[in-house]
Amino acid sequence: MSSNHWLRVLPWLSIALLLIGWEVGVRAAGIPEYTLPAPSVIARTLWENFDSLAASWRYTLRITFCALALACAGGVLVACAFALSRQVEAALFPLAIILQVTPLVAIAPLILIYVESTTAALLLCAWVVAFFPILSNTVIGLRSSDRHLRDLFRLYGASPWQRLRLLLVPSALPYFLAGLKISGGLSLIGAVSAEMVAGVAGRETGLASRILEASFRSETAKMFAALTLLVLTGLMIFGGFNLLSRRLLGHWHDVERH
Amino acid sequence: MAPALTLERVQKRFANGLLALRDASLQVSAGEFVSLVGPSGCGKSTVLRLVAGLDAPTAGRVEAPALANGASVQGPHDPRTSFVFQEPTLMPWATVFDNVWLPLRLAGQSREQARSAIGEMLQLVGLADFENSYPAALSGGMKMRVSIARALVTRPRVLLMDEPFAALDEISRNRLNADLLKLWSIHGFSVLFVTHSVFESVYLSQRVFVMSARPGTVVTEVAVDAPYPRDGAFRATTVYLDATRAVSAALEAAQGEVMP
Repeated sequence: MSSNHWLRVLPWLSIALLLIGWEVGVRAAGIPEYTLPAPSVIARTLWENFDSLAASWRYTLRITFCALALACAGGVLVACAFALSRQVEAALFPLAIILQVTPLVAIAPLILIYVESTTAALLLCAWVVAFFPILSNTVIGLRSSDRHLRDLFRLYGASPWQRLRLLLVPSALPYFLAGLKISGGLSLIGAVSAEMVAGVAGRETGLASRILEASFRSETAKMFAALTLLVLTGLMIFGGFNLLSRRLLGHWHDVERH
Repeated sequence: MAPALTLERVQKRFANGLLALRDASLQVSAGEFVSLVGPSGCGKSTVLRLVAGLDAPTAGRVEAPALANGASVQGPHDPRTSFVFQEPTLMPWATVFDNVWLPLRLAGQSREQARSAIGEMLQLVGLADFENSYPAALSGGMKMRVSIARALVTRPRVLLMDEPFAALDEISRNRLNADLLKLWSIHGFSVLFVTHSVFESVYLSQRVFVMSARPGTVVTEVAVDAPYPRDGAFRATTVYLDATRAVSAALEAAQGEVMP
């Protein structure tokens, strides 16, 4: 399978080419470091400042994953409530949509006013953007079970609990995982954008604050170093959930079969 | 023989006002193999749903094991009625074994308690080696065999089949027809078999009910007086040819065109 192999190498190759082009271009054109640092300079800056950046990285990671966990819990619970009752859905779904369509950066300042703890405010902001994809996907998933399988469960007298565990949850799983993949990326974006708005200073700060801080001091390489960590985080989240989804669905779901 | 299920002057009107069945009557004896043929949308599937207790008639009387003991439309729970749909309707996330286990599991049997019944059933449908396969890895015919094994694992008294082989190629279809007759002769359940195919209905059944176009009702009944086991040679006998001709003629009369 040489063409298959080639397809696997291709993404790494394009990234490598981009970095090499960047490095060579910056050196050849003599662009100053404070305008556009070369990748090698960014890597060195990252290495030299790693200890202080790592503390901020941990903070951002904590906000991101806490928000995602809360979005999962909330999204699944509300989706179950919607699946059980059309009335609940009719009453609450518009609110969820309003929450979804309002740009986060527009409501973040308000949240920062009303919520005293900055950490809690950032958490809430990240949760707001991560919540909806999980909710809407899980709702669709819970409704997606095969009509005839539902008939069979009725014919064989399944209890509501059996129906939930053996039919609805497995049917909803691929949809939930698709929502999780989207929300994973969104909660990182939420955590970072909210912190940008907050302009947090002080002891506990995330990577967004470090980027702002470095930009005030014209430490462009440091901005890129923090950005690199954010990109790595996003890729890790994406890759992790892809792997999880393949593990859980690989043997039965078409989308995940090779 | 005592009737296994009875429909008497049954009418079914859906919530949207559509009249699916009017004045439909039929009776199936215990252990009898009966087919129901008719044009598309004539209410054949509705008859099966009424017998399974998945729907209630708007008028008339339905008597079937699934409706005994006060079981309601909300939750019939007689494990002695089984349903096979046109699609195999398997759970894609579960292995062949777990799919066949489902009816017993819902009735409270553990994997261990159900193991011998499931193993025996998979043996009978020729899938003993596929216990741990997932449906995605099986052919259409094999999936249908799993579906049949799942239906029979409860040892039903009544087996309802809704065009189960319509989506299969002719070779798989003929083999499954022969295998279904074998299983029927071993277990002796009653079958109500819905099909579009006149040939299939005559090959399989002792009696064929012909339904008219919607609103559906049973217009004729054709008896197929031939012994079992039936094989390919049966398709060349006069009994078979006469019966197919009679069923086709009844269908033609019911809707004005032939549907072999």
